[in-house]
Amino acid sequence: MDDIIIVNNLSKNFKSRGKSDTLAVKNVSFCLKRGETLGIVGESGSGKSTVAKLITGLLKPSDGEVRIYDNAERLLSQKKALEFYSQIQMVFQNPAESFNPRKTIGYGIGEGLRNRGYSPAATATVVAELLEKVGLEPSIARKYPHQVSVGQCQRAAIARALAVKPKILVCDEATSALDVTVQKQIIELLDELRKSEDLSIIFICHNLALVQSFCDRVLVLYDGEVVEEGEPDRIINNPKAEYTKVLVDSIL
Amino acid sequence: MNKKLIVYTILAFALILVAIFAEHLCPFDPYAQDLALSYNAPSVEHLMGTDAYGRDMFSRIIIGARASILSTLALVAIITIFGTIVGVICGYFGGKLDSIVMRISDFFLAFPGLVFALAVAALLGGGIINAVIALAVISWPKYSRVARSQTLSVKALSFIQAAKLAGDTPVQIILRHILPNILGPILVTSMLDIGTMMMELAGLSFLGLGAQPPIAEWGSMMSNGRSMLQTYPWVVLSPGFAIFISVVIFNLLGDTVRDCLDPK
Repeated sequence: MDDIIIVNNLSKNFKSRGKSDTLAVKNVSFCLKRGETLGIVGESGSGKSTVAKLITGLLKPSDGEVRIYDNAERLLSQKKALEFYSQIQMVFQNPAESFNPRKTIGYGIGEGLRNRGYSPAATATVVAELLEKVGLEPSIARKYPHQVSVGQCQRAAIARALAVKPKILVCDEATSALDVTVQKQIIELLDELRKSEDLSIIFICHNLALVQSFCDRVLVLYDGEVVEEGEPDRIINNPKAEYTKVLVDSIL
Repeated sequence: MNKKLIVYTILAFALILVAIFAEHLCPFDPYAQDLALSYNAPSVEHLMGTDAYGRDMFSRIIIGARASILSTLALVAIITIFGTIVGVICGYFGGKLDSIVMRISDFFLAFPGLVFALAVAALLGGGIINAVIALAVISWPKYSRVARSQTLSVKALSFIQAAKLAGDTPVQIILRHILPNILGPILVTSMLDIGTMMMELAGLSFLGLGAQPPIAEWGSMMSNGRSMLQTYPWVVLSPGFAIFISVVIFNLLGDTVRDCLDPK
């Protein structure tokens, strides 16, 4: 089986009291092949983040299913959750919010390990290794989120995601909150890691230019629907859908 | 370090220590009656004079600190803990439970608190413990509101989702990630509430629904002496002054703690 994630007719309907429901994701289907980096682009409100949360099980789909390693996602028991999240992890958009301000960075990175029965000493060792892997000093583990830069924070967030050795990484606008030089460093880090860690990546982004250099395949999302799918070069040079043309035109 | 914080903390602890070691600090037996000494004016021997039964007011104020301060602190602790637990659970899990509990708390918040406490206290009968229960029943919703709204705002941050991805159970998320981030505002609310609760408790005692005679409690002492305000003012003024000083100290402490926690 080459497809490690299969998404079938995925829909998400947000119910809101008094107002009409919001259909954030409509009949989205796609797959992620092993070792592939799949970009998902679209404007704000196009449903990119909702798709990410549906894939990682943080939201339950209203309709359709997500199959990871051929296992359909279900309501996860604690043991199942640990197993599931050893396969797939996520990096979030805002680095400053992605660590608990009252706990050290090391605590955050080591959390998944401790939940899997690692001793404090073993956790500390692995955390130090992880920090080295993402190009950070081991001393960062003792610092609090407000004491480090956003770039360092995002590297630490990647280290946290890699702690449990997942095979799939979902990056939800992981570079959007960073300035361009830091953005480049993070992309380079992800590029290195996808080779060394044998990662398959779903890279969600609103910047088509960034996706072009980093992704093998791109999905264009508009108003919750997939409007175009294909190789980044083809999409940029020869966009078919109306929305994609607008998106390509907006590249500076 | 903040000088104000240190000073007010010391003062507040001094009050609490007085309340704890009250019987060792009283110069006279606060319950010993001697009608020959009734309504003596303040003097070197009796710093705050004596009451109708010749009991030393100063000793009664000190022993009264126990009923007034310790029961207030117990009351604030009870409502803080209960309100926070309810609020965090409602905020985190949401859904029907949240709607139902919040409507119940709306009911309590919409009703004049002290009137409701009067009804509850009257139902339970007099006594300092019953007064604490009555005030606890009506005061917890404020804390569940604060805890709920804080929980909702913390819950939206991505480190909560990261914790889910790390495999934390809801209970672990609440204990490790939510509580440490919402304790500040809750602590400030409860510190600022100590003064209010002390006055409400004294108010219930003043109306005869709190501490019962012969137990010395500042509110009931004021109530017992109120007809003597013009003739023997110390009988009313000294417990009033004790309430005033304690409320001011706890309010200043609460204000300072708030300033320390959010500098802006």
